Amino acid sequence: MTTLQMWTYAVVGGTFALYIFIAIKARASTTGEFYVAGKGVHPVLNGMATGADWMSAASFISMAGLIAFSGYDASVYLMGWTGGYCLLAMLLAPYLRKYGKFTVPEFIGDRFYSQTARVVAVICLITASLTYVIGQMKGIGVAFSRFLEIPFQYGLFLGMGIVFIYAVLGGMKGVTYTQIAQYCVLIFAYTVPAIFISLTLTGTPIPQLGLGSAMADGSGVFLLDKLDKTLVDLGFSAYTTQKGSTLDMFLLTMSLMIGTAGLPHVITRFFTVPKVRDARSSAGWALVFIAILYTTAPAVGAMARLNLIDTIQADSIAPDTSQNLRIDALPTWFTNWEKTGLLKYEDKNGDGRIQYVGDPAKNEMVKVDRDIMVLANPEIANLPNWVIALVAAGGIAAALSTAAGLLLAISSAISHDIVKGIIAKDIDDKTELMAGRIAMAGAIVVAGYLGLHPPGFAAQVVALAFGLAASSIFPALMMGIFVKRMNNSGAVCGMLAGLGTTLVYIFWFKGWFFVPGTAMAPDNAANWFMGISPGSFGAVGALINFAVALAVSSVTKAPPEHIQHLVEDIRVPMGSGSAVDH
Amino acid sequence: MNDAQKYWQANIRLVIGCLVVWFAVSFGAGILFVHQLNAITILGGYPLGFWFAQQGSIYTFVVLIFFYAWRMNQLDRKFNVDEV
Repeated sequence: MTTLQMWTYAVVGGTFALYIFIAIKARASTTGEFYVAGKGVHPVLNGMATGADWMSAASFISMAGLIAFSGYDASVYLMGWTGGYCLLAMLLAPYLRKYGKFTVPEFIGDRFYSQTARVVAVICLITASLTYVIGQMKGIGVAFSRFLEIPFQYGLFLGMGIVFIYAVLGGMKGVTYTQIAQYCVLIFAYTVPAIFISLTLTGTPIPQLGLGSAMADGSGVFLLDKLDKTLVDLGFSAYTTQKGSTLDMFLLTMSLMIGTAGLPHVITRFFTVPKVRDARSSAGWALVFIAILYTTAPAVGAMARLNLIDTIQADSIAPDTSQNLRIDALPTWFTNWEKTGLLKYEDKNGDGRIQYVGDPAKNEMVKVDRDIMVLANPEIANLPNWVIALVAAGGIAAALSTAAGLLLAISSAISHDIVKGIIAKDIDDKTELMAGRIAMAGAIVVAGYLGLHPPGFAAQVVALAFGLAASSIFPALMMGIFVKRMNNSGAVCGMLAGLGTTLVYIFWFKGWFFVPGTAMAPDNAANWFMGISPGSFGAVGALINFAVALAVSSVTKAPPEHIQHLVEDIRVPMGSGSAVDH
Repeated sequence: MNDAQKYWQANIRLVIGCLVVWFAVSFGAGILFVHQLNAITILGGYPLGFWFAQQGSIYTFVVLIFFYAWRMNQLDRKFNVDEV
């Protein structure tokens, strides 16, 4: 075993011991604790837990790479995945906390006095959460297999086992306190390498400032200018300029924002704080903790791209390639990551050196997976072994915390909305708690199975999850609070119309239910309606939802008196009945 | 207009105000006017539009939420609808 592996085992093992310790300390003994942690979570701590809940394996491992390779255009993810918290804080969280129930479908069912609305919400919730959880399960397996060199499926089983212990025992209470620990692990793991790299490249320890600083090589050239120039010289597109269409960027950002605010596993986190005003501030704290990573990621992306080019394409401008990386003297990290298939080169011109250029005919780096930007970055920059070990623990923490939050949303919807809400209304608290634990165990097994045998469409599901949340859940919740006149027919028609158009649009280009070969048109900008990509359509679906719901409700009967009182009641914080029991 | 309606109207006004800023820094500065703003550089080497898209909008979002929470708490007290 190498020193690096020993470090990795020690760091990952240490974090696992911590999670299990928390699981034992934070067992849930009532449904209130299982679903919403007894509504006793401090707003700052809830913000931290929300940060871990929200930032997935994709945020931790893939986002910086996405930025590194698309430059300015990747801003849609940075703005989209943070701006949603403004909508959440101002339009949903405080009111849903005031309502004070356990799940998102429960509010929709009660507010629109309709089991149909509740069932539609449950279906959207389970589809969105399950598709999302597949990626996390894969992330756990990948992190284990790459860093600890144990087979993918053992890594997955180990991850499932850990989640099983704290989520089944502790429910929301256990998940909350492990998420807090996982946030600390992941943010430390993300920022430490970023600080090192920023120091090396620009002499500034704060990556957010380093990105705008001059290079430390004494040339006085700004990092972003150098990156733009290098990329253009090599035939890539410039880093800071726009490549995609403005309309599509606009709609994708909007879809991601609305989708973020409508994702049930995030909304549910705000049911766990003691008061309405805590729900407001907690959303702010959540965004603070998320912003630490999201403002670091652009720096990591740009600096890693520059580092990678400098390592391979040593003299980046001259046509003379005698300074380029020699294939008989590749650095260790290169050969290590080549083994995993994330890096691949091909000496096309047979000169024994690698050319890394924009022209596909001459480019010899035939595969540079975007995940490499975070995973291999510390090695490329020659950082110490313990930093590399941290990245492994951080990636696993990000995947575990998001997986647990999603699984909890799924199991609550099953035990509270389906079992208690529809099938067996008169079961007592103890039986419902048991149903919750069984649903959680079942959800973990299903998620694990899907992680092991990912359906071919795993890469498409992000568009689906955000499309569903944006086009169905967010508008229904918002109108439930802000439009007193909104009735059951309006809400149900709106949800179905928004959901229907969004699903059809996604399936039209990606294949019906993602079955390969069933797409109605090739998935490219020439065929898209007004150049809107399927991933950006959620915002349009939301608009359709709002329009249909308002139109239908205006010609149908106003909601009954008690529902109108309910809306008046959730609009004021007074009387939220804070329950603090731990 | 009764107090409950006044409270709700003040709340809506606050939310609209905050969302105008939310829209301006992200969709406005970060997307629609990014090209024009990139002509200006700040903090050394950041083109302004690019900075808004990858840094500034996120900082503004954080400030907005805390501002909203602070103003709402004031409104709650003013209209006597805060939690005990």
